[in-house]
Amino acid sequence: MELNLSLENFQKEVLNSNDPVLVDFYADWCGPCKMMAPVVESLAEELKGKAKVGKINVDQNQDLAIEYNVMSIPTLIIFKDGKETKRFVGVRDKNEILNEF
Amino acid sequence: MYDVIIIGAGPAGISASLYTQRANLKTLIIYKKTEISALEKANEVSNYYGFEKGIKGKELYGKGIKQAVNLGVEILEEEVTNIKQEGNQFKVETLKNKFDSKTVILATGNKRNKPNIKGIELFEGKGISYCAICDGFFFKNKNVAIIGNGDYAISETMDLQNIVKSITILTNGQEMPEYRAENVDIVKKEIDEVIGEKRVEKIKFKDNSIIKVDGIFVAQGVAGSTEFARKVGAKIQNDKIVVNDAMETNIKGLYACGDCTGGLYQISKAVYEGTKAGLQVINYLMSF
Repeated sequence: MELNLSLENFQKEVLNSNDPVLVDFYADWCGPCKMMAPVVESLAEELKGKAKVGKINVDQNQDLAIEYNVMSIPTLIIFKDGKETKRFVGVRDKNEILNEF
Repeated sequence: MYDVIIIGAGPAGISASLYTQRANLKTLIIYKKTEISALEKANEVSNYYGFEKGIKGKELYGKGIKQAVNLGVEILEEEVTNIKQEGNQFKVETLKNKFDSKTVILATGNKRNKPNIKGIELFEGKGISYCAICDGFFFKNKNVAIIGNGDYAISETMDLQNIVKSITILTNGQEMPEYRAENVDIVKKEIDEVIGEKRVEKIKFKDNSIIKVDGIFVAQGVAGSTEFARKVGAKIQNDKIVVNDAMETNIKGLYACGDCTGGLYQISKAVYEGTKAGLQVINYLMSF
């Protein structure tokens, strides 16, 4: 299961995390996001023990989207040691993302 | 409600229609006539089966369309500006009409609509967007530009009008049909570069003038298969639509065939893929 992220737990779960974190910025009304949702869900399973996977609803968390310059969804960002190391914009292949871990 | 709407009337799209029409599926082909296709540009086709003296690309293209018409396929000459997925169906839109269909086949060829402007790729997802309906949300009350000069640019403008503060349509040196709306400006100067630090901030023109923008939507020329695919969430790799052996995209009911899937840019390959897409649509609709 993916973690539901928001401003309240972002610091603790993402920026202070010892493991890498994959964060999915999405919205319910976004078609391409719906196509990515099952991919992100299965990434959460496959990366268990290796990395965390979380999702951010941009409708409810506009501040986080603005802070990380997310202006197109779906956007997936990998954070390592609290810093962005890789960004994927749009629908992507699962393996392309897995290869980053 | 159509069983299948095919976008594009080249060898891939027409071949698909021959199979779906003969299987009695309600078939509609929509294509833009003024757009010169790759086949029409081919002066002499002499490597395609059965033409002993070769054939002009333009003639073969015309014959294909006539063949489909003779079979009873409905053909509409309009520019498709948007495709939406609604449940298990699709809505295909032009500026004048909206059509519902159970399936859609993308076969508009391999047009590259990305303008060759410095900075565009650098800011993809950071202010550069290819889909107004997807990303308009991020530009609420902001000033945006749309790069484009036709129906597609107008359709993207209409999607953004009620969300953003102002829209500047940049034709990048091209002419554009008359279009007037309250918060829309049209600038015909040639663009030199997109500038910004972490995200899009300014556009510099070739005459060295600069405008400030928060975002840029790319809607140049006639929207092609890749643009539509991106909007509904189909997988794209290296600007080509990803399909399986049966020409299915990752979206149920959405198919792509011909040059837009990459590989050999040959008529034979487009015909083959169009055939497969047509047959797969028949299979898919029979499974209900």
